[in-house]
Amino acid sequence: MNLFGFQEYLCIFLYMIASVLFIMGIKKLGKADTARSGNLMSSIGMLIAVISVLISQDVIPAGIVGYGIIACAIVIGSVIGFIWAKKVEMTGMPQLVALFNGFGGLSSMLVAISQYLALRSGSTRIGSDPFTSITMGLTIVIGAVAFTGSLIAWGKLAGLKIFKKPISLPGKNVINSILLVIAVAGIGLYTYDPTGNLGFIGIIVTAATSLILGVTLVITIGGGDMPVIISFLNALSGLAAAFAGFPIGNTVLIVSGCLVGASGVILTLIMCKAMNRTFTSLLFKSVAKKKSSAATGEQKEPRAMSVEDAYLVLEAAKNVVIVPGYGMAVAQAQHAVKELCDKLEDNGSEVNFAIHPVAGRMPGHMNVLLAEANVPYEMLKTSDDMNPQMDNVDVAIIIGANDVVNPSAVDDESSPLYGMPIVEAFRARTVFVLKRGKGTGFSGIENPLFTNDNTVMIYGDAKQTVSSLVSEFDS
Amino acid sequence: MDGKTIMLLIFVFIIAAFLGVELISKVPSQLHTPLMSGTNAISGITIVGAIAACAISVTLENDLIGIIVGGIAILFATINVIGGYFVTDRMLGMFKKKEAKK
Repeated sequence: MNLFGFQEYLCIFLYMIASVLFIMGIKKLGKADTARSGNLMSSIGMLIAVISVLISQDVIPAGIVGYGIIACAIVIGSVIGFIWAKKVEMTGMPQLVALFNGFGGLSSMLVAISQYLALRSGSTRIGSDPFTSITMGLTIVIGAVAFTGSLIAWGKLAGLKIFKKPISLPGKNVINSILLVIAVAGIGLYTYDPTGNLGFIGIIVTAATSLILGVTLVITIGGGDMPVIISFLNALSGLAAAFAGFPIGNTVLIVSGCLVGASGVILTLIMCKAMNRTFTSLLFKSVAKKKSSAATGEQKEPRAMSVEDAYLVLEAAKNVVIVPGYGMAVAQAQHAVKELCDKLEDNGSEVNFAIHPVAGRMPGHMNVLLAEANVPYEMLKTSDDMNPQMDNVDVAIIIGANDVVNPSAVDDESSPLYGMPIVEAFRARTVFVLKRGKGTGFSGIENPLFTNDNTVMIYGDAKQTVSSLVSEFDS
Repeated sequence: MDGKTIMLLIFVFIIAAFLGVELISKVPSQLHTPLMSGTNAISGITIVGAIAACAISVTLENDLIGIIVGGIAILFATINVIGGYFVTDRMLGMFKKKEAKK
């Protein structure tokens, strides 16, 4: 009996099962009721894929030493990943996802480099044909960009000091293009001479320039555009994994990496659409000089109100909509908001949340925070769902959101935001804006909503304001 | 690698890309974060490549650097996989339906 032949078929069979589990897992992830089991399913797929590679002909000849090294790396990685995932605060979620994503990209890049080193050391497992060489090179480029790009995104999301100020890079398109050309030239060099010195130089050049490219690509992108760039980096790390599968002809890598890549691209496009921007303009245009809105002639002072008066209005309201934004995440006000929401419901009002797709710093950021505070997901509506009912809303409470409720997007053609779909909170009978101070949002665009006649500003820390509203209900 | 294998791999790649697009097109926005985080964990599938690469280096007599690089690749891929799945599960565990009115 040919034991090795049997194993080979078993491996392919297991890869097949793993791929099916990934596909079903992703499908289930897309529906609220089944999402958790979908995640479980895809993790079982991952386990099967790992078992399969462990009994493959690539690994068995490595013997006890090989298994020892692999086991060590897996155990250490698991412990770190597990602790990290359990300890993170929900407000720290965007940067953690970015960081994990970067690790995936880094790993794919290292896989390609390791494959190259094996070839150089005389392995016959890795081919030296152009297809193998090019895919290996692409793995390095994409993995490296995903890695350093995610690190920068992580730094920005975590609010590291060096990223506090918006960074502009003069001639960034030129720089990025040159870097990309050099990286591709490196691949060319390697493809021409995979086992010789030219190839060695090529690999190093490709890796180095791609690592820099990741930095220069992401560093100029502002906080508000983060949801787009994070989805994009997610797509890249998936693609890197897919390309890492080509040199060793591993189908499970190609299938699952490509699934992730495609879903990341779709998510990126959804985010772009929600901001009324094209992806290319986001990536390639330098931050446009934002002119202040045309309506500067009739500067009005926004009207402010005390918490006590605001309470009286809220108490009489039958229909309340809460519009959260990044400010709610910064103030960590989600639990207080949930309390307020309960008080309002006890008082007989109907309460809904209107959540803009790009509110916050990652796709669905607000939903996660509110879910953490036990807000049932049926109450979390999209802007498309809420806008038609907005005229019947008594009070819209805007908590730390700005650009996504800016009415200029609807009626001011000179505004840079014009055409962006927004939560049309300005149509509510009364609008409360909870805001720290009088400044503009991340984009620096004037928001006429604040000076509307039906708008009332409640200045102060969002969490404190909401808490004092809650205690007004108690007294 | 021979031409037939190459074409087969590219075939698999293209089909998977289309499948991915079909799967994701209609996901409600409230699930965007878990979806992203969940697919992010799947991109840790590169762990399979890392294990293979590391093991291949072990079988060679003079490829210590390859072993080290491969080992580090396994380490980071594992963090991505384990961390990604647990974080996603934690997030999804928080999504609750409305309880019946008391």
